[in-house]
Amino acid sequence: MVRLFSQTRTISRTAEIEVPTSRQTEPSRQDDELSAKKKIKISARGLNLYYGDNHALKGIDLDIFENRVTALIGPSGCGKSTFLKTLNRMNDIIEGVRIEGDVRLDGEDIYAPKVDVTLLRKRVGMVFQKPNPFPMSIYDNVAFGPRIHGVKSKSKLDELVERSIRGAALWDEVKDRLKSSAMGLSGGQQQRLCIARALAVDPQVILMDEPTSALDPISTMKIEELMSELKKKYTVAIVTHNMQQAARISDYTAFFLVGEMVEYTNTEKLFSMPDDKRTEDYITGRFG
Amino acid sequence: MSNAEISAGSLTKKRLRLSDNVLKGLIWASTILTLAILAGIVIYVFVQGLPSLSWDFLSTAPSELKGTIGVLPMIINTLYIVVITLLISTPVGIGAAIYLSEYAKKGKLVKLIEFTTEILAGIPSIIYGLFGFVFFCTFMQLQYSIIAGALTLSIMVLPTIIRTTQESLKSVPFSYREGALGMGSTRLHTIRTILLPCALPGILSAVILSIGRIVGESAALIFTAGIGYSMPQNLLGHVSSSGATLTVQLYQYAMRGEKLGVSFGIAAVLIIIVIVINFAARMLSKRLAKKTEGVS
Amino acid sequence: MADSLIRARRTKNRMERVFEWIFLICACAAILSVVVITAYMLISGGPAVFKVGIGDFLFGTEWAPTASDPKFGILPMILASLCATFGAILIGVPIGIFTSIFLSKMAPKRAAKFLKSAVELLAGIPSVVYGLIGMIIVVPAVAAIFNLPTGACLFSAIIVLAIMILPTVISISETSIRAVPGYLEEASLGLGATKIQTIFKVVIPAARSGIITSIVLGVGRAIGETMAVIMVAGNVVNLPELFGSVRLMTTGIVMEMSYADEFHKSVLFAIGLVLFVFIMVINISVNTVLKKASKKYE
Repeated sequence: MVRLFSQTRTISRTAEIEVPTSRQTEPSRQDDELSAKKKIKISARGLNLYYGDNHALKGIDLDIFENRVTALIGPSGCGKSTFLKTLNRMNDIIEGVRIEGDVRLDGEDIYAPKVDVTLLRKRVGMVFQKPNPFPMSIYDNVAFGPRIHGVKSKSKLDELVERSIRGAALWDEVKDRLKSSAMGLSGGQQQRLCIARALAVDPQVILMDEPTSALDPISTMKIEELMSELKKKYTVAIVTHNMQQAARISDYTAFFLVGEMVEYTNTEKLFSMPDDKRTEDYITGRFG
Repeated sequence: MSNAEISAGSLTKKRLRLSDNVLKGLIWASTILTLAILAGIVIYVFVQGLPSLSWDFLSTAPSELKGTIGVLPMIINTLYIVVITLLISTPVGIGAAIYLSEYAKKGKLVKLIEFTTEILAGIPSIIYGLFGFVFFCTFMQLQYSIIAGALTLSIMVLPTIIRTTQESLKSVPFSYREGALGMGSTRLHTIRTILLPCALPGILSAVILSIGRIVGESAALIFTAGIGYSMPQNLLGHVSSSGATLTVQLYQYAMRGEKLGVSFGIAAVLIIIVIVINFAARMLSKRLAKKTEGVS
Repeated sequence: MADSLIRARRTKNRMERVFEWIFLICACAAILSVVVITAYMLISGGPAVFKVGIGDFLFGTEWAPTASDPKFGILPMILASLCATFGAILIGVPIGIFTSIFLSKMAPKRAAKFLKSAVELLAGIPSVVYGLIGMIIVVPAVAAIFNLPTGACLFSAIIVLAIMILPTVISISETSIRAVPGYLEEASLGLGATKIQTIFKVVIPAARSGIITSIVLGVGRAIGETMAVIMVAGNVVNLPELFGSVRLMTTGIVMEMSYADEFHKSVLFAIGLVLFVFIMVINISVNTVLKKASKKYE
């Protein structure tokens, strides 16, 4: 493990990863049983991000564990979405963004110059705040990713599409109209279609940026139920405004405030006895 | 751990994307070709045409007797046509735009007006020329004359003026209207004191775009304004005499295959006018953008 | 007091109403113009069509208006117009669309600004200047390259028209590409598509209707263009051949208008009428395409 981090550029706290000592970067003790089995999927170290002169992320250290749901919470503009997007380099498309620090996926530096961003994004998929299906048929939406990545065989595509839509708990609702336009689905169905679309490229990690904020309560519930299914196969990181949601669905929660990560621990602890006063203020509704 | 080691390094496996590179190449090549064509045209016209531009060229009439080949009458004819066309089409166009954006309720009439405006914009100049010839020259007995040409072009530039003015009226924030009406101002008063001043840069750019269109027009003028090239005898009487614009004269020279230098001289003048017009329109649209910025 | 208030309002109301009527009349100018233009094209061109006979007129291949037994078949001109337009589209549209992609998706801000004014300039150059350039540069070049006695032919017309439709295609495609919501691109990039894949598989399909509109308007511009073509196409009435001299509908009208007698003139108007019908079909199809497009994202 240490060997994998030997080329760390900006910081050198590599030894802490296996045996966490820092309370802030690591979910704490209570979780000992689990920690025996848990494996770090993504780790960020000393991550700084600037939009021009604006220092939007300040030295974030955070590990995301495999087959767990990690929630990122905090008031608007705290940097949680920005952080999420650094994990599959979606910030690259914004002009004037500068990133320092180290983000590793399975130990591999994703900001190394040789990295092919498309391969990274294939492995780290993303679901956005607003459902954003392509103006094509349901089938073509889901088949889009596999086709991009070179799957041509019709039977394989059919199988992938079905598996992905089933994986997003949408199959029964759309199986009879795969060829009709995705724009005709309801908002909640569209969002699950977007999840299916992300699943179709066979990712390892799924990033979700407030995936239910534009949806009604019933659709939200369906997606929350889906989340606990997803973590069996995938690693999930979700940004949410909704603290109840974070408490319901996540295993770990990180609390962000004005570009800093204030506290990161397992969800139960964070919501029951946070260590930091600011976290407590936030979850008890005193600000934000 | 083993899993990590298997996938380690796989992020850097760049895939060869032939089609991506081909498409990128085509995009670049097309862009460069477009620019090269434009640069080629402008440079060639200037190289060929600028030498014949002189004070004499701009200030004399073509005359076999005096041996001059200037373009002053064409410049004057062009100005006459520009001014008369705008005098007719600007008020009508602005009135139409005001009706469409301030009075009309969405319905069949508005749809019909917008549809016919589109149609007018799509009709080619040669059709305008034919129509102007039968309607203005023959039916209204205006003969080949500057006024017939200007009337024809007034219809032709109407869509430009209506649409551009409509756009700039749309960009005036709704709150201005509410504010004015709320203070007891009538609709007409609001239009006069609030909307038109706010939309003025937009209206001006409509006028400028129309000037560009008129200056560049030829097919619609040949059969309406004719090909006369004498100097105006009196200021008002000139509108009823036949008069070639710069473009029409260029065409005459070029088709006869003579005086190519003069043709290119006119072409250079035309391109300079177009550049000035585009620049002015751009400045105005910038001002309009600034004016309505931050009030939405 | 109350009385005078009411009276004041009445006069004001009258002014308001008068001006509303004036504005309405202005707005109807467009409708009126289209009606009058259509009517006059029909009146001045229609009878000649029937006198010549619709079949002989549209499908006759012989054009001899001044012969003792005059023939008025305009099929060669119609075909020449269609071939020239088709050729111009074939060459101009891909170049235009690729350029619009560069302009909207790849160019840095300042380069895009520069390129945009270049396209505007290209749009503003008068037809006769294109014709002049075509006559002096394109025609001799075509003659030299293809070893022809004269380069004034369909191919030269195609080249000039292709250049002339570029600004239309570029600016309308660019607008429609820019109008594609950014979240679609984000979604595609998020799935691991490259930028080029995203442009061609997501953005262009989403901008399809606008791009089709730009092509159709390009067709309109090409088929109606007169002055530039007349200077490069050779103007002999022939069934179209790529390197043969051709006369288009538009140029056919201009070539003979100045010396035509009464009936001959009305036949020229009939050609104008045919062109007008083509243009109306194009306009109306643009209109329906646009309507469909505006419904898509609702």
